[in-house]
Amino acid sequence: MLGHFIVALRTAGIPASLTEYLTLLRGMKEGVADYSVDDFYHLSRATLVKDERHLDRFDRVFGEVFKGLEPPEGDPGAEARIPEEWLRKLAEKLLTDEERAAIEALGGFDKLMETLKQRLAEQKGRHQGGSKWIGTAGTSPFGAYGYNPEGVRIGQDESRHRRATKVWDKREFKDLDDDVEIGTRNIKLALRRLRRFARQGAATELDLPDTIRSTANNAGSLDLKMVPERHNTVKVLLFLDIGGSMDDHVRVCAELFSAARAEFKHLEHFYFHNCPYERLWRSNRRRRDSEVSTFEVLRTYGPDYKAIFVGDAAMSPYEIVQPGGSVEHWNEVPGQVWLGRITRHFRRSAWLNPMPEQAWPRYHSAQILRQVMENRMFPLTLGGLEAMTKELSR
Amino acid sequence: MTRFQSTSSYIASRDLEVAVNAAVALQRPLLVKGEPGTGKTVLAQEVATALGMPLIEWHIKSTTKAQQGLYEYDAVSRLRDGQLGDERVHDIGNYIVRGKLWDAFEADAPVVLLIDEIDKADIEFPNDLLLELDRMQFFVYETRKTVKARHRPVVIITSNNEKELPDAFLRRCFFHYIRFPDRETMERIVQSHFPDIKQELAREALNVFFEVRGVTELKKKPATSELLDWLKLLMIEDLPPEVLRSQDPKTAIPPLYGALLKNEQDVHLFERLAFLSRQRQR
Repeated sequence: MLGHFIVALRTAGIPASLTEYLTLLRGMKEGVADYSVDDFYHLSRATLVKDERHLDRFDRVFGEVFKGLEPPEGDPGAEARIPEEWLRKLAEKLLTDEERAAIEALGGFDKLMETLKQRLAEQKGRHQGGSKWIGTAGTSPFGAYGYNPEGVRIGQDESRHRRATKVWDKREFKDLDDDVEIGTRNIKLALRRLRRFARQGAATELDLPDTIRSTANNAGSLDLKMVPERHNTVKVLLFLDIGGSMDDHVRVCAELFSAARAEFKHLEHFYFHNCPYERLWRSNRRRRDSEVSTFEVLRTYGPDYKAIFVGDAAMSPYEIVQPGGSVEHWNEVPGQVWLGRITRHFRRSAWLNPMPEQAWPRYHSAQILRQVMENRMFPLTLGGLEAMTKELSR
Repeated sequence: MTRFQSTSSYIASRDLEVAVNAAVALQRPLLVKGEPGTGKTVLAQEVATALGMPLIEWHIKSTTKAQQGLYEYDAVSRLRDGQLGDERVHDIGNYIVRGKLWDAFEADAPVVLLIDEIDKADIEFPNDLLLELDRMQFFVYETRKTVKARHRPVVIITSNNEKELPDAFLRRCFFHYIRFPDRETMERIVQSHFPDIKQELAREALNVFFEVRGVTELKKKPATSELLDWLKLLMIEDLPPEVLRSQDPKTAIPPLYGALLKNEQDVHLFERLAFLSRQRQR
């Protein structure tokens, strides 16, 4: 049973190992879990999960593996206890007269409610798809987002009316999962990882000249002097796509940007529209006054700066490959040449794309840019940022 | 065996209790993560009190090395003593300075050892402590003797997530992530810290507090410790609860905001929000 659980965890990408499994078994032997399902959940979580990003995944796997596991003191009939009045009200609110007539096909409203109760009692665990069980996106008469005209819509949250809302079903750690998009909280975390490689090798070292000088001043008796080792700080250039198709993502970018500001000492930012060309600007509000030539940027900032582009890369392919393809002005040199110049100048560069990764193949432009960036395009998720910082720090 | 439970001064959730008890029972380190100000460090003190053990605290800085927790060989003093012809110089043991881990290992009774903010240190730091925490022993090269734990200490390690910890290290720990407490738990926490607080004041203050936390643009969201500081201030100033009620954080900065908002950008943000909403009202 438990071995199966470990395998399921590993399949879901949680690196639980044999050592931890044995620890869990020992913990149960020592009686830490105390014969309670909730305590067993807490114990196995503390033993097997070592990273808060995996907590949500753990909850999902736990729910799947141990579905139907009821607390022993539970009352078997409780599962099916739904306030009938509530169901009726819900149905009346949601169904049109026509639809209610259609319900008659299933034997009338009361029959429908009865079937629903019965199925709720039969069904254990969440369900998605299918045509009988209550769940989401199915064709059963019961559930959410389904297509059966005779259906009763049961809202996602309300499907918790099964009495025991189990701890792991609440999925409280959802926003700590690293596949979800970035919010203000987790972005700091991710950018902190960027800072990490700046801090390598913290220590003090011997200040030889000062030691010699002060030992001489001490008439020969040794006086050691130490200096803190210098940290090299990460220098980052941010290029932010602004306007046009980016408007959807401006908010996310603003968060990324505001978080980044607090994290780096050497951080410069420039704006571009869709694709960088010969001019960039520093302030979006005073664009005309703050324009700088891209060549000047390349001259000013050394190759040790890490260049990060933030943009959805959704545009017409001409804007990248064609001279004069820009939507704003006549550019002599196509965007991909400019991008190439920038990426060749800076030793490390990457592109962050706020669009979900699954959507990239739909845009030809995103694929071209990905090629220009030599595959260094990352989704704007914690996982993507992590991969990016790894790439940048190599 | 005594078990760790919520006390009158520290409200622990059930999962935290299980994690602590597992770590104590199996004698493995417990790694605690969570937002700053959610009581990670205080936990160690509470565990020590609950189990009736003394607490040894080792606070980690960016310059801390793993070796410093074991012992340090003060070569410079010995060199100097050698120059001055001191007798002590012949025994190298005189120049071995014990670290916190040594203290914890050689203590007469089991102790709670807190390794605070392990992520502040160098990235190799946890790796350097692997064997020591696993076997609870280490070797002193200078005196050629092995220091072995008489009683395995209860080790509690906190991290603020600034650095990723190595897998091999994590394998040996129990892990707990302290979530930000919900309103109900927060009320209990406030009650346990200020038993004689006026109910109305506590309620209004919590309203303001959760609204402030709801402002998503904040750089540093106030956490439990900030709330407790703020409540203490409110009680010292003896502000009537009505003051808080009129102060919707969207329209004005809460009184004594210094305890809640910790950087000037956040204060500016609130000023701007207040300004905007006043304009809208006009």
